Amino acid sequence: MPDRPVRVGLLVTCLVDLFRPAVGFAAVRLLEQAGCTVEVPAAQTCCGQPAYNSGDRASAVAIARQVIDAFEPYDYVVVPSGSCGGMLKEHYPLLLAADPALAPRARALAAKTFELIAFLADVMKLERIAARYDGVATYHDACSGLRELGIKAQPRRLLAQVAGLTLTEMATPETCCGFGGTFCVKYPDISDRMVSDKVADIAATGADTLLAGDLGCLLNMAGKLSRRGLATRVRHVAEVLAGMTDAPPIGVAEGR
Amino acid sequence: MQPSSRDFKANAHRALGDATLQGALGFMMREGFAVRRAEAVARLPEFEALREAAKRLKDEVLQHLDFYLETFERNVERAGGAVHWCRTAAEAREAVLTICRDAGARIVTKGKSMVGEEIAINEALEANGIAPVETDLGEYIIQIRHEPPSHIVAPAVHLAKEQVAESFRATHRALDPARPLDQPRQMLDEARAILREKFLDADVGITGANFLVAETGSSIIVTNEGNGDLTQTLPKVHIVLASIEKVVPTLEDATLLLRLLARSATGQEFSTYTTISTGTRRDGDPDGPAAYHVVLVDNGRSALLGSVFQDMLRCIRCAACLNHCPVYGAVGGHAYGWVYPGPMGAVLTPALIGVGEAASLPEASTFCGRCESVCPVKIPLPRLMRHWRERAFAARLPPATQRWGLGAWVFLARRPALYRPLAAAAARLLGACGRGRGRFRALPLAGGWTDKRDLPAPAGRSFMSLWAERQKRRA
Repeated sequence: MPDRPVRVGLLVTCLVDLFRPAVGFAAVRLLEQAGCTVEVPAAQTCCGQPAYNSGDRASAVAIARQVIDAFEPYDYVVVPSGSCGGMLKEHYPLLLAADPALAPRARALAAKTFELIAFLADVMKLERIAARYDGVATYHDACSGLRELGIKAQPRRLLAQVAGLTLTEMATPETCCGFGGTFCVKYPDISDRMVSDKVADIAATGADTLLAGDLGCLLNMAGKLSRRGLATRVRHVAEVLAGMTDAPPIGVAEGR
Repeated sequence: MQPSSRDFKANAHRALGDATLQGALGFMMREGFAVRRAEAVARLPEFEALREAAKRLKDEVLQHLDFYLETFERNVERAGGAVHWCRTAAEAREAVLTICRDAGARIVTKGKSMVGEEIAINEALEANGIAPVETDLGEYIIQIRHEPPSHIVAPAVHLAKEQVAESFRATHRALDPARPLDQPRQMLDEARAILREKFLDADVGITGANFLVAETGSSIIVTNEGNGDLTQTLPKVHIVLASIEKVVPTLEDATLLLRLLARSATGQEFSTYTTISTGTRRDGDPDGPAAYHVVLVDNGRSALLGSVFQDMLRCIRCAACLNHCPVYGAVGGHAYGWVYPGPMGAVLTPALIGVGEAASLPEASTFCGRCESVCPVKIPLPRLMRHWRERAFAARLPPATQRWGLGAWVFLARRPALYRPLAAAAARLLGACGRGRGRFRALPLAGGWTDKRDLPAPAGRSFMSLWAERQKRRA
């Protein structure tokens, strides 16, 4: 690690940018608390997954090149999403493997890219979290973070530091919520069935709060919880760890 | 079997509304194979190392497939058998029919064989006046119901026991209509008694093969019912139906895969019966066939060698990917519309019947990755499904609205200076519309989302615009 403060480029993700900027600011606060300087390159839009997973490889390559150009200068690239983090870390090197110029750059970017919570826990070795949250939370292991990046213990370890918070596990925290990017609108019936099972599992814990590390999954589960009339508060794990829970939970209006 | 994979979406919709099916699937996914697999894996510390070894073994075989298949053929012939090389399903059907005709066969008993389903051998036999009798209990049940299998290991997993009892009463008309059939044991005993006669009457026995062993010319099958043994030892003629990627170099290699197979499939340490057949009956053998034929089926597989899909040929048909797939668990196997369902089917089916016919299958995945994480030969199933999506996209198979939508999004995503203000405007607009409730119960063009769940409303400002303001304040 360099002597100067670690310089982090934050890939905020398109969903956080559009739906919930609070997650981005929570990430910035956590990174700054850990001693990093945070920059947000303006030339970012999205990691390219919608194209990549729709089979539009050429567009995915073009977007990947753009991300590499924008984020190459930083010591680390941090992403508050296991899904987008996995895209940079696992898939860019595959996507660009055949391009002699881009392949080494993709591999170098992958090596310094981390999902936010994994970065705080594994790279910055963050031990102490000063936040407080009064509630009983259950944590959903979003698929890409869990299976591509091995994120399982880190969020639980950090959440255990949060004063006032009790964590209670659901029966199947590792089962997909049915979001799957465009899957949820291409196959709404199947997606609904999956998120219904997930919501039943969440409700069975008796937890008043649902946390996860991926906004797509959180929007999906929050949308089903509220449609079912359940008052579970839904938040990105970074909001709780950063102690930034003044804004209403996902899907709840200001002042309600 | 006529594929209906094009209708996956409609098939899935129907399956989700079928309460009996949902009951059977729910039970299997909650209490079934996945739980038992996890217990079996926990009892075998070297399981992960075995997976890696199995992957390497299968990769080596695929690298030199011609060599191992020719070695296998030589050793089959040395043991008194014959190998029939079949490029297509039609050639394979013809090979089987010729053997059956030459044997004057009227009744053929069958062990479970997915390749048999793939080449539709039962229909071909029936059309030629030969009666195939499935002897695996699950296969027997779906045969009398005229249904295809819905799972590659547990073909009747979609059924409730009441449906089976009903089919038994409708089929076994010579038996007392008042007999009790509410317990699985009673149905098992009934099927057993009926099949016993068929085993003795059969002129030809057809089995699949879990593995072919090059060094000995043997075929290996695993069963839990012993039906395979009776199928291949009692008739005069034994036909092994096997696809080309089933070959392994040695018996020892087969044991490596056997250690993974049952654990991955059903959570058993070993299947009840593991049977190795080598050639014809020799002098001094207590039993065995007078003729031993191996019908080797390619049917599109060799075209995968050297392609991005080659990894799929490692598959040992354990069904762990089905058992752990939330999409399979929601809709069952029939929705996939052809022989192979679940994640392995989503990769294999487009290879065998064409991506034009089966493009929906690799689309029907959230890429949750659970299939790959349990695959005993480490097939990167999500990655291979994505490759099929690439082929489908290149062939312009997705609906025009989807392609245009994606195209418009890509156009913006590649232009950050244009994207940024538009995202900020969208956040403001949607945020303002959704401010009252904090969520949308309905939204134009978003019915796919909002029909069944709310869409949380954006907070109102994009992160990038707020960040730019913060930077300006700090400067």
